[in-house]
Amino acid sequence: MAREEKNNTGYLRELTKGFIRENPIFILCLGLCPTLAVSNLVENAFGMGIAFFFVLLCSNITISLVQKLIPDEVRIPCFIVIIASFFTVASLLMQWFIPDVYARMSLYINLIVVNCIILGRAEAFASKNSVFRSVLDAIGMGIGFTASLFIISAIREVTGFGTFLGFRLIPENIKPVTIMILAPGAFFTIGFLMALFNLIRIKKGKVSK
Amino acid sequence: MTLGQIIALFMGSVFVQNFIFSRFLGLCPYVGVSKDTPSAMGMGFAVVFVMTTASAVTWILYRYILIPFDLTYLKIVAFILVIASFVQFVEMFLKKTFPALHRSLGIYLPLITTNCAVLGVAFLNITQFESESYGFAKSTLQGFFAGIGFMLAMLIMSGIREKLEYAEIPEPMKGLAIVFVTAGLISIAFLGFSGFKL
Repeated sequence: MAREEKNNTGYLRELTKGFIRENPIFILCLGLCPTLAVSNLVENAFGMGIAFFFVLLCSNITISLVQKLIPDEVRIPCFIVIIASFFTVASLLMQWFIPDVYARMSLYINLIVVNCIILGRAEAFASKNSVFRSVLDAIGMGIGFTASLFIISAIREVTGFGTFLGFRLIPENIKPVTIMILAPGAFFTIGFLMALFNLIRIKKGKVSK
Repeated sequence: MTLGQIIALFMGSVFVQNFIFSRFLGLCPYVGVSKDTPSAMGMGFAVVFVMTTASAVTWILYRYILIPFDLTYLKIVAFILVIASFVQFVEMFLKKTFPALHRSLGIYLPLITTNCAVLGVAFLNITQFESESYGFAKSTLQGFFAGIGFMLAMLIMSGIREKLEYAEIPEPMKGLAIVFVTAGLISIAFLGFSGFKL
């Protein structure tokens, strides 16, 4: 099947695989620490998503360009240095443009460097594929990550604060479920969303059989 | 530095702000290696060891090299390189001097390089104790206690997961979903420590 749809559809598959089929958070279960830590407000999630997207795209492009130059034995340190340099650029930009979001979650933004999704894409994809494919992969994975972060943070903000991006959705006199914005809420939300994704996959598998 | 401060650091890093249950650091190895107790123990010891020593090394690097030369914006690149090479060095050292320990920790050591808890504790140390007196001792202790907290979380989870193997779990909840819900429940228990002041 894959051989016939090599060219155009192949590229499309590269782009869309990050959305659901290989969703970095719910299916591959990578990069969980920043996901859980910054998902209490939609605004934070967007800040994280943008920074992540930038670093992933730049590092994927660079690594796919220099893949022939890097000796196999020291590839991981090389990848980390490339990622860390782009991350430094991203963090300086963020400090300038969105200082209050940066101040709130600077610790977790710093940890993008060791984010397993970025390192994983570098190792598993960008170091073996052409630049164009790596760009598509980065865009797909970036959108998949940001969208998942958005879903988790939307659930947590609406239930925990009763607001969405600062606008009040649930009237003041209904008490919000505070535990949803605390640590346990993050674990519960991601646990049940993972179960939902598994359910979708099981249903789909049955239909195709 | 008084005994009270040390106890406060201990309670703070192990229980009140446990790295896994309240700061969400090091979740990937946490869900990845907590399937059975022996590997959880191995990973736990490796993390305690690397976090303690990495805290000390990165604090010295930051205080005596990065600050005097005004290079603090390079801290991420510097820290990650130091941690990565340090882990490599520790592995070689253990292989030569304590082969038995190396055999039991062996496969977990390289994984620690990308454990965000190690980098996380380095950042916490420099933001919390940058200008304090005894900063070095406090950073090292915080690294050690945070490692203990991580190991505690690993052991709790591995004990539960060994029992979960025999539980009847609905099909979609199998695998990591149930692990996260369990972690949420443990995390509620750890919330009981919040507001605990010494």
